[in-house]
Amino acid sequence: MDTNDSLRVASLWHSMHAISQQLSPVNGCSGIELLEADTFDLHCFQSLPGTKFFVVCEPGTPHMESLLRYIYELYTDYVLKNPFYEIEMPIRCELFDINLTQAVQSDR
Amino acid sequence: MQFFGGSEISPSPPVPTVSGNNAHMMYVFNRNGVCLLYKEWNRPLHTLNPQQDHKLMFGLLFSLKSLTAKMDPVNADKGNLGVPQLPGQGCSFHSFRTNTYKLSFMETPSGIKIILVTHPKTGDLRESLKYIYGLYVEYVVKNPIYNPGSPIKSELFNTALDQYVRSIS
Repeated sequence: MDTNDSLRVASLWHSMHAISQQLSPVNGCSGIELLEADTFDLHCFQSLPGTKFFVVCEPGTPHMESLLRYIYELYTDYVLKNPFYEIEMPIRCELFDINLTQAVQSDR
Repeated sequence: MQFFGGSEISPSPPVPTVSGNNAHMMYVFNRNGVCLLYKEWNRPLHTLNPQQDHKLMFGLLFSLKSLTAKMDPVNADKGNLGVPQLPGQGCSFHSFRTNTYKLSFMETPSGIKIILVTHPKTGDLRESLKYIYGLYVEYVVKNPIYNPGSPIKSELFNTALDQYVRSIS
């Protein structure tokens, strides 16, 4: 999947997230948190400013929510606090990548 | 996923692991997006008028299927995003959950889509959806007066469906 496809998938996901809130039968819906498909599960975490983090994993993998929260902490530490990082641009922070890989691999 | 051509509805409907809360609503669409059935048991919030609501629901499901087919980490050959997929082609999702509801989805090879919106703590409803499809086949498809592609008005179907959904809640 190349970068164009990633962008399309991301924008599609953003709209789906918003539409799912509209279709809620009850007040106070904050969008899709878990999508279960045949061969994978997709967990999504939405931070307060609206940034969405999602992870694709094997069906039934436990503790994905805590992983997503931890990744959010890494994001605030290594990306947002990085003075050279421009908001809304693609993330190219080495420390973030290293810590992210470590976090995902230690989970296996 | 197999759809058996048994001539009777399975005698013992499966009881999934539901934590005792009522189903909110249910939709049945055909392959052209026509809403064949919409049933509501518990829906405090109505955001849109019924036509828009049905269209939005169908559109959401169509796009989500497209997204899951593209994001599938297992299959090597995927179509481009947005290309309509045949029923059963590509990876499809069977449910999604938000903090206020859980939506369970099933698509049959004939393109009939059954959607059930329930409480978020509901368990896996795939077997229940298959049973509901069985009810649809018995009471709707086998009804000689029923015109395929038109909204379902069968009393027997509605009663059986009501009974079953209340029993799993």
